[in-house]
Parts: sequence; structure tokens; C-alpha cells
Amino acid sequence: MVEPVLRLEALHKSFGGLMVTRDVTVELAADELHAIIGPNGAGKTTLINQISGLIAPDSGRIVFGGRDVTALPAPERAALGLARSFQITSILPAFSVLENVALAVQARSGSSFRFFGRASSEEALNKPAMAALDEVGLADRADVIAGRLAHGEKRALELAIALAMEPKLLLLDEPMAGAGREESQRLITVLSRLKGRFPMLLVEHDMTAVFALADRISVLIYGQILTSGTPEEVRADPRVIAAYLGDEME
Amino acid sequence: MMFVAFALFPIAATFGAEAYLIDLFRRIMIFAIAALALDLLVGYGALVSFGHAAFIGIGAYAVGILAASNVSDMIISLPLAIGAAALFAYLTGTICLRTRGVYFIMITLAFGQMAYFFAGSLAPYGGDDGLTLAMRSTLLGFAPFKHDLLFYYIVLGCLVGCYWLCRALVISRFGRVFRGARENPTRMAALGFDVFRYQLTAYTISGALGGLAGFLLANATDFVSPAYMSWHRSGELIVMIILGGIGNLNGAIVGTVAFLLLGEWLSDLTENWEMIFGPLLVVIILLARGGLLGLAAQMAAWYRRENILSVGDFIAAVGRYLRQLARRTIKSTLQTSRSRSRG
Repeated sequence: MVEPVLRLEALHKSFGGLMVTRDVTVELAADELHAIIGPNGAGKTTLINQISGLIAPDSGRIVFGGRDVTALPAPERAALGLARSFQITSILPAFSVLENVALAVQARSGSSFRFFGRASSEEALNKPAMAALDEVGLADRADVIAGRLAHGEKRALELAIALAMEPKLLLLDEPMAGAGREESQRLITVLSRLKGRFPMLLVEHDMTAVFALADRISVLIYGQILTSGTPEEVRADPRVIAAYLGDEME
Repeated sequence: MMFVAFALFPIAATFGAEAYLIDLFRRIMIFAIAALALDLLVGYGALVSFGHAAFIGIGAYAVGILAASNVSDMIISLPLAIGAAALFAYLTGTICLRTRGVYFIMITLAFGQMAYFFAGSLAPYGGDDGLTLAMRSTLLGFAPFKHDLLFYYIVLGCLVGCYWLCRALVISRFGRVFRGARENPTRMAALGFDVFRYQLTAYTISGALGGLAGFLLANATDFVSPAYMSWHRSGELIVMIILGGIGNLNGAIVGTVAFLLLGEWLSDLTENWEMIFGPLLVVIILLARGGLLGLAAQMAAWYRRENILSVGDFIAAVGRYLRQLARRTIKSTLQTSRSRSRG
């Protein structure tokens, strides 16, 4: 069997008396898009934060690309190829759209302790950045100041930033959050085009998106994995329907 | 353009035979170097350092202490002045940069004051009274600082060099990461940048430039004293860059010129010049968002909008503006009084 890209082994995390992650074990195969769904407060973002290294789990292991990264700080995990987008848009608002993405290219191409030379005219940075913008449909907005983008465009920019990091694993924390129907449809198209290029872990509330994109789905409730399986299996699981999908199925 | 003005200034001054003006402008340029160094941190990294005078003081004391031990060659004293300031910046930076916002301001202030009191307790080197420089720095037996005009142009050269260095830093790969850290440190960490290392490097470079300013200042005044490091000085540097326009290297220089010239001019007029100086600064800073450079840009936009080509146009435009202002004031006053009478 092929080594999974990401393996979470018995992760535990609590904030005070509140257990937000209990005994979570998930495996992510090489070209899989794995979705994590669950009601509000189920601990989805906390889980993503543990994987990307923004918070440390209390116990358990995170194995990424065959390497135990549990104790590794966030920047080093990113350097290993773990890219993420944020639920709340996290861009550099005063930078141009192109510069936002070029910075991501810069992060993986050579040292940034270069004190001379104009970074904004480095073709080696701008070209891959433009390619990433093209993929999310933002190429014509490259020179706009990122803070002035419409909300949906900011979501697309987040995605372009993650793409430009040439990730070995992409963590997507609610990429559709706050996007309108049309915008999320566009993002779904973009994501489905990217599917298979690299593995993705998707946390999302938008069930249309999840069932359209995911190869496998894990359902998280009160910090615990209720079940994992293909979309069909999950959709048919009576426990899932009772606990979460119920309202939407009616 | 500014640099050309600086370069031509001594020629103009020789006609007026005002030697003290050369002195004054040399001092202005020295402080402009320190202001540039500070603007690098405040303007591009949002790191408001309130202890920047310490770096100037350390650079100056390096010169003073070496001169007291009969070492005056700048081959030794210049690297030592810059190195000591950079080292102090590096060591304090490793601690200061763990904090953010107001805490960063307070802790840099604390380190600045620490340096100040340390200098004041250096009894062999004059303690609180400071120390007169035995001799100005020399270069391999040659004394470039003896000649006032040569000294002036050396300082100008340093200023141009620092300006160029800061500009290059800001637009480089390094500068992009440093500016990004101001915008969104979480995003930078997720991209794989260890923000702290970049900030520490910038802080150290800024400290080194402060040390250079201190080296020049000691030679210009033939004197070093703890007052160089007091928090007033750090505060003045902050006011200078705000006055000129933060986050704009030209602004740092314009602000320094304006601040020191204004102080000089007012202190000629009256003894209690600070009573005028303070409110004047408040007014300028309130009126001119983005400092004097911001004000100039606003003025230029206004000129273009009003299509001002002659003095007559200007007066007419000012008239229009005042009428508008008056109309608006009357209207709002009427509205308030009407709503009051109704209530």
C-alpha cells in the first residue's frame, strides 16, 4: 500500500475543560480530495490549525509525507509543502494581487535574505504567480491592490496564493465562506480542475461543494470522527443524517 | 533633488558667509540619517521603536571613549561605532521583537533608558556631564573632519548612501517579506516565512545606521553626552518622521529638515520657543495627514483641480474655498440651532 500523504494519529486537543479534538485518526491518500464536514463548533478549524502548526495538539501524532511533523513550527511545515487557505480571508491588503502571489512563489524559491535587486521585477517570481492567478481566473486583476478586491475575488486570491506555494498538500478552510452562489460555483469549478494535481483536505459548510468535489468525506461531531467514507456511504449513513445532514435532506 | 539642494547649499552659504549654517545643515543631515533608519522600522515594519536615540548615543560614545584612549583613527572607531550599535540592536531586538504594539514601544523605551543611565554612570568618561572629544576622528593620519566643507560633504555622502541602502532594502526580496510581516504576520508564517528573523535583521540594520549617525554626531559636536540617548531624542526622531510623512524615505528627510529648522528659527525669535513649537507641531500633524509630503501632494491635487496658473488664480481659488467653508459652517450651525429649537 502506498504511504498516505497525511496521517493523523489519535489527535487530542482541549481548551480548558472543552475537548475540541478527540481521538481523531484520518488518512489522506496521494491524489485524494478529502472533505471534513460537521456542524458549527465541531472543531474543524481547530483540526486544520493543528495540521498547519498554528496550535499544538495535546497528544497524538501528525505524519506528513512520512515524516513526523507534530513538533514542527508552522513556517517549517509550510516549507515542507503544506499550504493552507484561511476561513477568514488572510491576504496582504496593501500589496497588489500579483505581489501577494509572488510572495508565495518567493517563499519556495531561494533565499529571501536578498537585500538588493527589485523584487517586483523578478520574472522568476512574477511568471509562476501570473500562472497561478490565471488558474483561479484573477489574471486580469493582477495590478489591483488586494484590499480592494470583491469578497469572492479575495477567496480566489487565497486559493492562488496556496497554489503558488506548489503544495504537496493543500488545506482549505472553508474556501466558500461568505461567497455568493455564483462565486462559489466558480470556486467549485476551479477546485475540480485542480483535483488530482495534489491532495487536498477541505473543510466546508457548503454541502453542494462538498458532494461535488470530495472523494472521501469524514464527519466530525464534537471533536470526534463519526464516520469516514465515500460521499454515497456518508449520505446514506443513518447516524450522519440524524446528527447533521438531517435538516438538509428534508 | 533634495540631495542636490543639500550639495549646493554650502556655495550659497559662503556668499552669505554664515559658517554656522553649514554647521546646522550638517547636523540636520546627521539626524536625517537616524530618521531614515527609524522610518525603515516604523514606516515599513510598523515597529515603533522608542529607543532609537540609544543607537546614536552608542555610536557617539564609541568615538568618545576611543578618543579618550588616544585611538582616533576611524579605521578602528567607525566599524566599532557601527558594530557596537548593531550588536546592541541585535541583542535588545531578540527580546523586543517578541512583543507587539504598545509593548514593543515600552520595551524599546526601557532599553533606551537603560543605555542612557548606563552612559550617565560612566564616571571615567564624564558621567552625566559627558565628555569632550580629545580629537576628531582621523583616517590613516589624515584629518578629513578638520575641514568643515569636506566634513559637510562626507556627511552628505553618508546620507545619500543610507538613503540608497534603505530604498534598496525596501524594494528587495527581503523588504517585501519585511513589509508583508507588517500587513499580516499569520499569513507570512503560513507561507513559510519566519517573520521574527526578518524583523530582527531589519532592526539590526537600523541600529547600525543609528550608530553611523552617532559617529558623525560626536565628530560634529566634539562632544558626547548621555543626553544624546535620552528618550526626548527618541521622541524627537519619531516626531520628525511623522512630520515628514511616515513610510516614505523622502518624508524622513523632509521631516528632519523641517523639525530642526523650525526649532532653530523659533528659538531665535523667542526664549520660550517651545511654547510655540509644540502647538505648531500639533496643528501640522492634524492638518497634514501623511505629513508634509502628504500635504504637498494634497496641495498639488488642489492646484490641478482648481487649475491654478497664476497668483490671481490662487487668490480666487482660496476665496472660493473660504466661501465654501463659510457656507458649510453657517448651514451646519443653522441646522443645529433649528433642531435645538425644535427639541
